[in-house]
Amino acid sequence: MAENHRAIVKLREKFADSVLDVKEFRGEITVTVKKDNIVAICTFLKDSLNYNLCSDVTAVDYLGSEPRFMMVYNLYSIPHKDRLRVKAPVEESDTVVDTVSTVWSTANWLEREIFDLFGITFTGHPDLRRILMTDDWVGHPLRKDYPLQGPDREPYQGRLS
Amino acid sequence: MASTEIMTVNMGPQHPSTHGVLRLVIELDGEIIRKITPHIGFLHRGIEKLSEHRTYHQIIPLTDRLDYLAPMSNNLGYVLAVEKLLDIKVPERAQTIRVILAELTRLKSHLVWLACHALDIGAMTVFIYAFREREKVMEIYEKLSGARMTSNYFRVGGLSAELYDDFEKDVREILDTFPGYFDTYEGLLTKNTIWLQRTVGNGVISAEDAVDAGITGPALRGSGVNWDMRRDNPYSGYEKYKFIVPVGEKCDTFDRYKVRFVEMRESVKIIRQALDSLKPGPILADAPQVCYPPKDSVYNTIEGLIHHFKIASEGFPAPVGEIYQAVEAPKGELGYYLVSDGGNKPYRMRIRPPSFCNLSAIEKMANGGMIADLVAVIGTLDIVLGDIDR
Repeated sequence: MAENHRAIVKLREKFADSVLDVKEFRGEITVTVKKDNIVAICTFLKDSLNYNLCSDVTAVDYLGSEPRFMMVYNLYSIPHKDRLRVKAPVEESDTVVDTVSTVWSTANWLEREIFDLFGITFTGHPDLRRILMTDDWVGHPLRKDYPLQGPDREPYQGRLS
Repeated sequence: MASTEIMTVNMGPQHPSTHGVLRLVIELDGEIIRKITPHIGFLHRGIEKLSEHRTYHQIIPLTDRLDYLAPMSNNLGYVLAVEKLLDIKVPERAQTIRVILAELTRLKSHLVWLACHALDIGAMTVFIYAFREREKVMEIYEKLSGARMTSNYFRVGGLSAELYDDFEKDVREILDTFPGYFDTYEGLLTKNTIWLQRTVGNGVISAEDAVDAGITGPALRGSGVNWDMRRDNPYSGYEKYKFIVPVGEKCDTFDRYKVRFVEMRESVKIIRQALDSLKPGPILADAPQVCYPPKDSVYNTIEGLIHHFKIASEGFPAPVGEIYQAVEAPKGELGYYLVSDGGNKPYRMRIRPPSFCNLSAIEKMANGGMIADLVAVIGTLDIVLGDIDR
């Protein structure tokens, strides 16, 4: 079913080299693409396939596996009322991704948050500053190797679940 | 001609009309706004990080503290996400009760919006009235869950407890009295010259810009985009209810005000339909590996006690996978993106907060306007800092 999805058919046609994987889970379609082509793919999805609302941009840290980070774009099409998830793997040695804030301006703040909490930088971003943590904060809290209790502290000895 | 220079003014984080700890650095040319730089994060508690260290049930109380004016909507989005990940079906009675409570929450949240928005613009009477009515919803919350704000009432698979005896009577009283109260508020505001002068033509954002900026919820519908997830991607049985999705035309603060008013009236209709269709039945899914056992069996049988203990201490494992579940929260699209590695805690939980994306459009809406109108724009966006900072 995933292969017949309107976006997957077009992406396979147009960006055959970039599509790495297509998955369906609980009725949700996830397509994994190479990060190099992310802006072209997102522009195509927005302009030709009407994915006009960028619901969410986030990242996941898969510490210990290669590639370490995964960019996740949750897109929604208001005219077609369907969702699509686009993912792009990011190597730890090269945590740089092109910004999609030129495609959807929502991505501006969402990418700032990823920069703040994961330390992934975005080329071409108009205003890449920390957003939730203070400007002088050291480290990126949502990385898996960042301790829950914060840096330079004894590990929490109480019971956390 | 006198020479002019740009003056930088700091607004917040302690300012009554920023609705919490929002700080705006504003560059002014006389009274005209030239640039706004929002500073957020003062209320950041790291809920996404904390969630990676808690079992699925232990996260529910954390979600109460996101948009603290609409805790049950946050709970609803989260439990639906986990249920989708686990692929369990919730009994009809639990779904209907969830809809009733989610719509009561919408009323409660919109009443605070109305109260604070009106107070910011100078209409103090409405503030007192709306908080009086909100108290009635809070009383139901308190009788139901023991807490006025952090309800923690929903559970993965259903609800934590059966409704109290007079629940239906209390809700029917709200349904019968609230439309009259709405008429009172509208009588005070809708044709009020001062109100019109402050809201008509203020904070205009076109439909295309609003979608591009990621605005969702009533703020988007005020710009004329006819999209409501309750109707277009129904969840928790919303497809069974008839209601109108209001849209605005002029994309300004006054249209967003009207949209929210119609939404409140529609919420009353949805609650009435749901209450009429409420039938006796189970309130928890038939999934013993996930749901807590009934209290009777916990207190009186050793098997029940062990069962309860296992779920409370270990939680339950979720299948490997990732899902995104969004609900139409009072402020817009509230999404939960869950990644599971097969363990009893989420590998990653991302919360897509509606207020965060709505606030990011503030510069587009207020730039070039007067500084006094900025307060109206903040009010019409209906932001909650607990939701923005997480």
